[in-house]
Amino acid sequence: MQIDDMENLGRTQQVAAASAVAHHVMTAREAGLVGCANCGRVHRAPVPANCLRCGRPLFDRARARSLQYVWSWLFAGLIAYIPANLYPMLRTNTLGSTSESTILEGVVELIHHGSYLVAAIVFVASIAIPIAKFVAISYLAIGIQQRKRGHAHERHKLYEVVEFIGRWSMIDVFVVAILAALVQLDFAATINPGIAAISFSLSVAFTMLSAQSFDPKAIWRLTDTT
Amino acid sequence: MTGVPIDPTSDATNRTKPQPRLRDEDMVACPTCDALHRLTDLPDGARARCVRCHTTLSAPRRGAMTRIVMLAATSMVLMMAAIFFPFLELTAAGITQRSSIMDVVLVFADGPFVGLALAVGALIILLPLARFLALIYVLAPMAFGSRPARDAVPVFRLAEALKPWSMAEIFIVGVAVALIKVAGLATLTIGPAFWAFVLLVVVTTLKDTFMCRLTIWKTLEERSK
Repeated sequence: MQIDDMENLGRTQQVAAASAVAHHVMTAREAGLVGCANCGRVHRAPVPANCLRCGRPLFDRARARSLQYVWSWLFAGLIAYIPANLYPMLRTNTLGSTSESTILEGVVELIHHGSYLVAAIVFVASIAIPIAKFVAISYLAIGIQQRKRGHAHERHKLYEVVEFIGRWSMIDVFVVAILAALVQLDFAATINPGIAAISFSLSVAFTMLSAQSFDPKAIWRLTDTT
Repeated sequence: MTGVPIDPTSDATNRTKPQPRLRDEDMVACPTCDALHRLTDLPDGARARCVRCHTTLSAPRRGAMTRIVMLAATSMVLMMAAIFFPFLELTAAGITQRSSIMDVVLVFADGPFVGLALAVGALIILLPLARFLALIYVLAPMAFGSRPARDAVPVFRLAEALKPWSMAEIFIVGVAVALIKVAGLATLTIGPAFWAFVLLVVVTTLKDTFMCRLTIWKTLEERSK
């Protein structure tokens, strides 16, 4: 399994050893050991409560129920995402007339100005990524609940992408903050943040916590028992 | 050190050759998928990945700890410059508006937006700073070969936990988007703090590529004895 990666070892005899174990990968659990999910240190019986190296709890009760945490944070994120799209993100005041724009209206406005690249960045960060995240995390959690065994590599990759990309949704909140700080030109033009900035930030934070509560070992644990 | 999978059915690993019983310190369980690996010395600059899920287990670089400490110190200096120098300057209809990063944080500081002001300040200033400080605190004594500082273990865990929440690089992309949005509205001048912040993102990224978590955890454990 994935012998090519073993080239990184730079030692031929280890590559040979690796090819001999191509079919089954032994886990710490099967060897009767408990591996730390943070630093990888293994522990023998009697296993301590906390990792001897990094101090992380080895039998985290939160981990054991991690799917409940994943779902709760995800629903919190979903609930916060609704007002984030319905209420204005930005209030622009030009020469006495006020206009408010939601996230989607902001994107449309950018397209009208001809800034297609920026419109694409905002669309991906504030609309595509959050929705894709809700779908991806639900899919991963349902996969664990249904004791799905296949596509472990693909699901693991998906988890890594979700964890990496989630924080980038914050772009739009920063854009609003910067615009509001910059454009305070008295009555000529002022920009102020809208209430959606708050719910959108909360939505991003909640979904980040949801992804962090997900235990990637659960994807592999079912393939272990085959 | 690196990962070699341990497998009971394999002759190559532990049947024909009588091996001394592996000590716990000579093994590592992949933090993401629990696959068990035997640790061996890894040549400088090599990268060991988990055989199953490809997570990087270890990627030691010679002198990495010294480099991380220096880059973290550089980042702190750049952050100070980024906070206090003018960030962007906007001119429209004869009025000039100069903003520093603190202004960006304080925009939200009234009414219902206080919480958001605190969050933005934390995400782009406080948490990155806390992370640099924590890394210097943990790694500086180790770079000089001495015993780890008091509570180095929980402090390093904190530094690790802060990583997804320090969003300096996302802020920079936000600045780029904001600049294009106001470009038609007014004339913009980029201040020194903007460049300090860009440099900060580059230095932080560089620092994270030098960081081998496993090496740091193992060194912490060995030196604490």
